[in-house]
Amino acid sequence: MPKSSSEKEMMVANENNIAQLSRRKFLGYAGATTGLLVGLSACKKDPKMPTNPKKGVDLGSGDFGILNYAYALEQLEAAFYIKVIMSKYSGMTALETAFLTDIRDHEVAHREFFKNALGSKAIPALEVDFSTINFGSRDSVLGTAKAFEDLGVSAYNGAGKLITDPTYLVLAGKIVSVEARHAAYIRDLISPGSFADSTVIDANGLDKSRTPMEVLAIAGTYIKTKIDASNLPTS
Amino acid sequence: MNFNNIIGEIEKVDPEVYDRLDTRRSAMKSFANLSGKLALAAVPLALGSMFKKAYAGTTSTNETIVEILNYALTLEHLEYGFYLKGFMEAPIPAGPAKMAIQTIRDHEGQHVAFLRTAITSLMGTPVPVPEFDFTAKGTFPTVFSNFATFLAVAQTFEDTGVRAYKGRAAELVKGGALLEAALKIHSVEARHAAHIRQIRKAYGYGDVKPWITGKNSGIGSAAVQASYDGEENTKQAGIEITNINGMMVSADAASEAFDEGLSKAQVLAIVAPFFK
Repeated sequence: MPKSSSEKEMMVANENNIAQLSRRKFLGYAGATTGLLVGLSACKKDPKMPTNPKKGVDLGSGDFGILNYAYALEQLEAAFYIKVIMSKYSGMTALETAFLTDIRDHEVAHREFFKNALGSKAIPALEVDFSTINFGSRDSVLGTAKAFEDLGVSAYNGAGKLITDPTYLVLAGKIVSVEARHAAYIRDLISPGSFADSTVIDANGLDKSRTPMEVLAIAGTYIKTKIDASNLPTS
Repeated sequence: MNFNNIIGEIEKVDPEVYDRLDTRRSAMKSFANLSGKLALAAVPLALGSMFKKAYAGTTSTNETIVEILNYALTLEHLEYGFYLKGFMEAPIPAGPAKMAIQTIRDHEGQHVAFLRTAITSLMGTPVPVPEFDFTAKGTFPTVFSNFATFLAVAQTFEDTGVRAYKGRAAELVKGGALLEAALKIHSVEARHAAHIRQIRKAYGYGDVKPWITGKNSGIGSAAVQASYDGEENTKQAGIEITNINGMMVSADAASEAFDEGLSKAQVLAIVAPFFK
């Protein structure tokens, strides 16, 4: 992996015997990398890094790490739909309002479920960044909703094999099919008949799956809080 | 038997097969060592156990995995057979509805092919195509002559399919690529279900949403109720979802937010009337 310019700067800073970068400066540097998580995982392997950098919110390890990962995504989705309903795009029909409100409630239910299931292991509330979304525009809102729902489906599909407790696996399964129903609905709103088109379903009739790293790199655009996924299981 | 071909076939299904088997070279070497010590007749068995190790971080045995895959294949046969015949015979309006049914039919056909390959790769025998009675012993006599009936059966199959995959997920825990593939089929079935529900709503055939509210089928027939019983559940892992943490989450929304699984026995009882 090519080193990011910010990472090189940090290495130089260390070599110049500057004892410690301020937390603020580190965050500034890390935030400047395009793929925040990619940058962090590269840092981890670099022995010249400061020994105890502030890496962001640690999702944790094992099943709880995966639950926190799901919790982070549900926080993002819930925050998005709350805003969608609070500031409706022009021309939102009564039926769209009803179904998008349903989806908001489902995502809030998922979010709160994970919060309670995690208890003291739960990550804090994340700060979101929706500055790239125009909530007054149907195209912008539905386009984002589609991206979030398809991403959510692929995230759960990819995370299933990382879960070791059958109860949590089944719970992820109970949620992912609802996310898939959302995805199909939103896609049909944008383009009728696109509920399972070839952009998401492959020639074997299989949906997409993504690793947590892939998902968080995409979701990172919308999450201001820095997330450290380095302790998540990878197989 | 051509070992390279078998590995190649599996690779199509599971691109990481070489990683699982360490490397191709060591796989071939260990196989060569193994086969040298075994009578030829025992070779398929040896291969089977090798794949068992490769796939099963799961506690399920190879036999159980093949059985689960054949269970899934049986349901996919049912769905594919239904759409294959329905697409040709049912009065599906030309245009978006017909195109959607075609898309779904093709996915089910792909699932059949995929599962057959996976089962064969695990040295199992795929179940043959069953003989169907899509009227379910006369319960749906107009299944291929009335669009509303056709869609009602379609919705029931899709919603049941989603529940069936979920019902056996626990047995595939730590099941690696096989579990992942099952999940990737499962979410496609849920997309299908959502769309069929939307068609039914658009045509005024049922007051349904893309998701399942309570245990309502939105289908005026008690015959499908077993496919929806249990969906009204609002408690997950001991946590009550209705109004959770003071949020305004209605019981309807709480039931919609989580799809429920069905056991093998429940699913087989539901689909039994559709088999001759």
